[in-house]
Amino acid sequence: MAKSDVKLIGAWPSPFVLRAQIALNLKSVEYEFLEEALGSKSELLLKSNPVHKKMPVLLHHDKPICESLIIVEYIQEVWASSGPSILPSDPYERAIARFWAAYVDEKWFPAMKGILGAQDDEARKAAVAQVAEGLALLEEAFQKISKGKSFFGGDHIGYLDIAFGGFLGWLRVIEGMGGIKLLNETETPGLLKWADDFAAHPAVKDVLPDTEKLAEFSKVVIAKLRAAAAAPAK
Amino acid sequence: MAEEVVVLGFWASMFAMRVKVALAEKGVEYEYREEDLPNKTSLLLEMNPVHKKIPVLIHNGKPVCESANIVQYIDEAWKDRGPSFLPCDPYQKAQARFWVDYIDKKLYEAGKNIWTTKGEEQEAAKKEILEILKLLEGELGDKTYFGGESFGFVDINLVTFYCWFLTYETIGNFRIEAECPKLIAWFKRCMLKESVSQTLPDPKKVYEFCLFLQKYFGVE
Repeated sequence: MAKSDVKLIGAWPSPFVLRAQIALNLKSVEYEFLEEALGSKSELLLKSNPVHKKMPVLLHHDKPICESLIIVEYIQEVWASSGPSILPSDPYERAIARFWAAYVDEKWFPAMKGILGAQDDEARKAAVAQVAEGLALLEEAFQKISKGKSFFGGDHIGYLDIAFGGFLGWLRVIEGMGGIKLLNETETPGLLKWADDFAAHPAVKDVLPDTEKLAEFSKVVIAKLRAAAAAPAK
Repeated sequence: MAEEVVVLGFWASMFAMRVKVALAEKGVEYEYREEDLPNKTSLLLEMNPVHKKIPVLIHNGKPVCESANIVQYIDEAWKDRGPSFLPCDPYQKAQARFWVDYIDKKLYEAGKNIWTTKGEEQEAAKKEILEILKLLEGELGDKTYFGGESFGFVDINLVTFYCWFLTYETIGNFRIEAECPKLIAWFKRCMLKESVSQTLPDPKKVYEFCLFLQKYFGVE
């Protein structure tokens, strides 16, 4: 398949874009990465995702697929014969994987943003507590789902590894910022080891953003989040 | 093999209704248990400890949570029963999932804002819900259902909001049909299906319930 048949509109710091990249790598799909300029949205992005105007957008034969988790499922379905399955074959296990991925997006990620956008120490502490609570739930889920193997997907990286793992760079940035170990031996031993295995995986290691570079970039994000929080309510 | 299917729900919840419609479409028998939301059962709390919300599908003792997720599970677990909710084509599948995700992100909030706010805020909520419904109407186009000829994933996840429209329209003092005639025609078409008409409650009862909720939430 020609490289230009598959394009990904994204930006290097985005955990959502990272999910799509990892999935494409797992399936050994060659693609063209169309990097968005930070702070502005290209015509192509606006045209390809008119509803949400957000990245990532996967363009396959110029047809757009939006929303990172939907993109990951699409990649699995189109390139099913390449590499191991990203989703479990059992319907119940799939439902569990989708449940936790939705949890990461709807509950855990907003708490992570809460840390970055916190206006003062008290707010930051509260947000950190929320993130830690979420990690405790995810640790429990990991113990159940991985069944003693390295990943949520078992021996291979799967849907939930990708969904949660997309945030690993940011998790490390936040740990660095606050001098806290959100993933640690006492509270999250499983996830602690999982993080190292995930980061070292061939489909991940070349696309996982460098923590220091991400930390520099986080200053831009923090300023934006704080400005948004300080703006008068609509 | 004797199969045990239990649904924990709430009669006025459009999300719980999705599960019932999906099970009816697959001809799956189940036991429905109504939850009293201010007094959640220990079963609900045990089966959905993370969110403590309905609906929950319990299949042979194992819980599945989050309504759109449950509908997908029903499609996959009973794939031998009747047509698939999701199209076969991966691109069409992705589109169906996209629109259900859109509905989940936008529609409930917009509707809720109509009956929990007044004045300018309420006007904004009305405008928003019409924009959302118009967008969905555009996506439907001239198809019989969102799924084409067959009632599918988007249809199931959207149709259950219909019983709340009388509530939105009465409290908001506006008519959805005027702005979205094709979408209303689609809703009415879906109501001809037994799986839908047997599931959705009387819109008047939903309206009365909403008036009660308004008092409960202290909305004037």
